[in-house]
Amino acid sequence: MATAVMTTLDPRSRAAARGMSDISIRNLFIIPTILFLIVFNIFPLLYSLGYSFTDFRASGNAAANFVGLQNYRTLLNDPFIWNNFVITAKYVVVSVIGQVVVGFGTAMLLNRDIPLKGLITTLLLLPMMLSMAVVGLFWKLLYDPSFGIINYALGLGKFEWLSNPDMALYAVALTDIWMWSPFVMLLSLAGLSAVPKHLYEAAAIDRAGPLYTFFRITLPLVAPILMIAVIFRTMEAFKTFDLAYILTSQPTTEVISIRLYKMAFQEWQTGLSCALAYIVLIMVLAITNIYVKYLNKVKER
Amino acid sequence: MAAVQTTSERVLNRVAIVAVLVVTLIFLAPIYWIASTAFKPRNLATTIPPTVVFTPEISPFVKLMVRRSQMREQPSAEEYAAAPWWEQMVMDGGEKVVRDGKGEVQLSGYPNRFMNSLIVAITSTVLAVGMGTFTAYGFSRFKVKGEADLLFFILSTRMLPPVVVAIPMFLMYRAVGLNDTHWGLIILYTAFNLSFSVWLMKGFMDEIPKEYEEAALVDGYTRMQAFFKIVLPEAATGIAATAVFCFITAWNEYAFALIMTNRRAQTAPPFIPSQVGSGLPDWTVIAAGTLLFLLPVAIFTFLLRNHLLRGVTFGAIRK
Repeated sequence: MATAVMTTLDPRSRAAARGMSDISIRNLFIIPTILFLIVFNIFPLLYSLGYSFTDFRASGNAAANFVGLQNYRTLLNDPFIWNNFVITAKYVVVSVIGQVVVGFGTAMLLNRDIPLKGLITTLLLLPMMLSMAVVGLFWKLLYDPSFGIINYALGLGKFEWLSNPDMALYAVALTDIWMWSPFVMLLSLAGLSAVPKHLYEAAAIDRAGPLYTFFRITLPLVAPILMIAVIFRTMEAFKTFDLAYILTSQPTTEVISIRLYKMAFQEWQTGLSCALAYIVLIMVLAITNIYVKYLNKVKER
Repeated sequence: MAAVQTTSERVLNRVAIVAVLVVTLIFLAPIYWIASTAFKPRNLATTIPPTVVFTPEISPFVKLMVRRSQMREQPSAEEYAAAPWWEQMVMDGGEKVVRDGKGEVQLSGYPNRFMNSLIVAITSTVLAVGMGTFTAYGFSRFKVKGEADLLFFILSTRMLPPVVVAIPMFLMYRAVGLNDTHWGLIILYTAFNLSFSVWLMKGFMDEIPKEYEEAALVDGYTRMQAFFKIVLPEAATGIAATAVFCFITAWNEYAFALIMTNRRAQTAPPFIPSQVGSGLPDWTVIAAGTLLFLLPVAIFTFLLRNHLLRGVTFGAIRK
């Protein structure tokens, strides 16, 4: 990695003559960070890659036996693991769609002459800055069937949110929508405010209807930045752990991160969990790749 | 808005204002409920219908800080009168303050977890922002071969799911004795925030005109001097914003803390939920702990309001 950083600099650089050369400064500034990330991120991942081919259990003293691809085969043939992925996918779809609808909708509302717009925007952004685990916990009280304010406000009587296996995942997603719609709103607002005003004026002169204006002007111009929000939230929702783990312990809310956590730290199937971690990792890296491509695309404009 | 406004447009604007207010109220309701529950007497926290108007009291905060136990019998009138005001508050709830053999008041687990959160979040922020600033300057000003790939590599480490990284880290920490230590968490949070800090700081560095340093170099500064005396002061706002983001991330982090700590170095996020065990939790005390924990983040969010967009897009979108 260190050699990859080496390259020739502008030889006319005057600083090269005095003090440290630009090349050594650059290496001094960049290499420690790269090394730090290699030691504390890449090395551990190589370590777990090795374990993913063994039957190692961190709870016992037995030596690890090499089992080849057995762990991967077991996982991919396990209908329960597939079910965890299905639950995760359901969660991602519900919470991301919810966040886009609420977040983009709120941004459309805010993109007008609203008094105290700055203050309201900041207040609306508050939920996404707070700790998922700590605030998520408090939603247990809000969802409580007998004295929760949600049932009271909606007049739902003793409706079970978290203890109903069919409802629990949606309840978790609803809390996630509350926390992260502001994120979509923030990005949408940036996109909306960048749409040139003269396009709307031209549309008005042409007597274009509001729907036509929305689908032909607003949406296409906001789409790239909205796409960033969607990909980022998809990635985060896919990795979700805190909220679902704290709010419920239903089998129907066992998203893949929770399965992984239980496999590794409660069942102590270390080798198997390392293999599952790798399957999850490859999926996350694939989404990250798409995300960065979009980021760079928007950045260039 | 255009100067010519039709009546329908004006009506539409009114509707939008009302809708915005409704949305804002709904979004803030859970936060308001946390804040108000933190000042309620225990018997009003879980009433039907919910209690909105009440006389606020600070007993939840007192209970949050001291170790308490159930009282077997009512305290005598003298005992009650001799106790300081805060101890009376605990007694009013049918509990007593736990004291050690020397009569010293025992603290609950909370102050200690709060301190751990501070230590871990501040140290990891300083490290991540410090290293990130240098690295961002390196990427911003010098030609680096394979720059896009290196930057992608750096960002991808930020995207790894915590549980995935935690499995090998747990084993490695166990081997070297870093489990349940401040340094164990600090290293993890530094690594996690470092990539974010590089990306965000690079955006800020790119905005500082190169001409500033070039002028300094012509004036006889070395590149190092130019960096410390010209670039760093120019980047101060960016450094502060990056630091606040890193602090909030480390402060809020849950999964690593849950897995890597259990007592000594435990931070507040895994501790607060662990207080809701079986039976009937005292939601006023949980709300008080939550409120104190959320307060720094709420203040920072307000200070950061103009940098939020940049922060959440890793510096890609600046507004």
